[in-house]
Amino acid sequence: MNKSLSFSAALSAAVSALFVAPVTSVKAEESNAWKLDSAVMYYGETDRVQAVEVIVGGKKEFEDGHFLDLKFTFDTLTGASATGAVAQPNIQSFTRPSGNGRYTVSANETPLDDTFKDTRVQLNAQWTQPLKGEYTLSTGAHLSKEYDYLSLGINAGLAREFNQKNTTVSAGLSLGQDTITPEGGLPIPLYEMPHYINSPNGQPNNTEGSSSDFDASRDRSSDSKQIVDLLFGVTQVINRRFITQFNYSYSNVDGYQTDPFKVVSVVDENGVTLNNIYESRPDKRQKNSVYAQGKYHLSKSVVDVSYRYFWDDWGIKSNSIDAKYWMPMGKGYLEPHIRYYQQDEADFYQPFVTRQPEVDSNVSADYRIGKLTGLTLGLSYGFPLNNGHEISFRAELYRQKVTDPGVNNIGVINQLDIFPDVDAVIFQTNYSF
Amino acid sequence: MSFQVRKLLLVIVVLHVSACSSLGVKPWERNLLAKKQMALTSSPINAALDDHIYFSKEASSGGRGFAGGGCGCN
Repeated sequence: MNKSLSFSAALSAAVSALFVAPVTSVKAEESNAWKLDSAVMYYGETDRVQAVEVIVGGKKEFEDGHFLDLKFTFDTLTGASATGAVAQPNIQSFTRPSGNGRYTVSANETPLDDTFKDTRVQLNAQWTQPLKGEYTLSTGAHLSKEYDYLSLGINAGLAREFNQKNTTVSAGLSLGQDTITPEGGLPIPLYEMPHYINSPNGQPNNTEGSSSDFDASRDRSSDSKQIVDLLFGVTQVINRRFITQFNYSYSNVDGYQTDPFKVVSVVDENGVTLNNIYESRPDKRQKNSVYAQGKYHLSKSVVDVSYRYFWDDWGIKSNSIDAKYWMPMGKGYLEPHIRYYQQDEADFYQPFVTRQPEVDSNVSADYRIGKLTGLTLGLSYGFPLNNGHEISFRAELYRQKVTDPGVNNIGVINQLDIFPDVDAVIFQTNYSF
Repeated sequence: MSFQVRKLLLVIVVLHVSACSSLGVKPWERNLLAKKQMALTSSPINAALDDHIYFSKEASSGGRGFAGGGCGCN
């Protein structure tokens, strides 16, 4: 039975091969229309950042194997973001990063900057085409613009297929240039955050500081970084049901990588904040990762498992495991998803400091480069519509548990939760046509 | 650690190049692999959204693709 099946399959493949030219030309005509894929996503953290992101992507085949991919992304962010300052048993007041006014934080609360607001537009274009032999070339560019941030990049990749297209070896290069121009300029690293308030009518209110204090804390209006990324990959079909991928990626980032909106609290021996200083990160970073993915087709469902190990020269190491289980459900499918992430902190991460750091040293209290774990649980449901389009829905919960990297909490900080969890929900709808 | 990982990677690549000829399928055995849900990145849009979220909230990036940058969110 199996033999006759594979014989008939071989025969039909041979017949197709005989008529390969007319078959592909008919197919090319059919597939020359743009294929569009779109998504709207809401990301919301409890009491913190809210984001809405819209993506519309289009793919068109011009001739056999020549593809143009275009992607438009729009997102908007509002809400509050942790500043890095440590919680205190009393009300705290902070100068806004722009220098325009201040915000206050309740006693025992993690300081959040409520002026977090941005809108971003991104365009990606990618051209892929076969070359002579078994090679495929892909080149692309991206542009991303926010109010205070511009990112430009180009990339190129070459892939070669071996062994009846069962093995693909690829290499890629990406070059990027990012420029940050925050309102109010870039603060001087490790400089004390000034007390300065502009009253709503535009007249400076000098009771807690002066504009010259604020200006003195700034040394330039913008800075940039250059990014060189390399990616090497091997894709291997194991058998009819099993496909694997192995990647190594390297990234060299050179330039301004400090977050100008983050500060570090300097506390006394009783844990009481004396002042807050602007954080400082190294201007060089080399990132590496190895990534392995396997997809296995069971009788009807598909298991997708991937693992990444990441390390960099800031001392950060992380493990990510991601698993999805695709299963048919009626006319459509259901896909549960789980992702676990664990990260060790950067060498210069400190939730607070007890003395002013030395000149040119690095320190950051940004929990995102601290010790943390992340757990994502999600579920997707999708189905085809009668017009041939497809719609899907996704809901996920994401929880970050920030942990103490082993600092000796002192004084009043002992009674406070300075490593609060961050909870977020993700809702998304996709539409393909 | 990084040296060990590099060594492991080298072994994987060498194993692939030497052993891949015995792995794989014939062109007419690709019916399951050709399904959309068997593509390594079955939804590029979801992958882009996820990459953006985790790039913004965690210190790691890259792996599946370029480590990149592209936004001021980190």
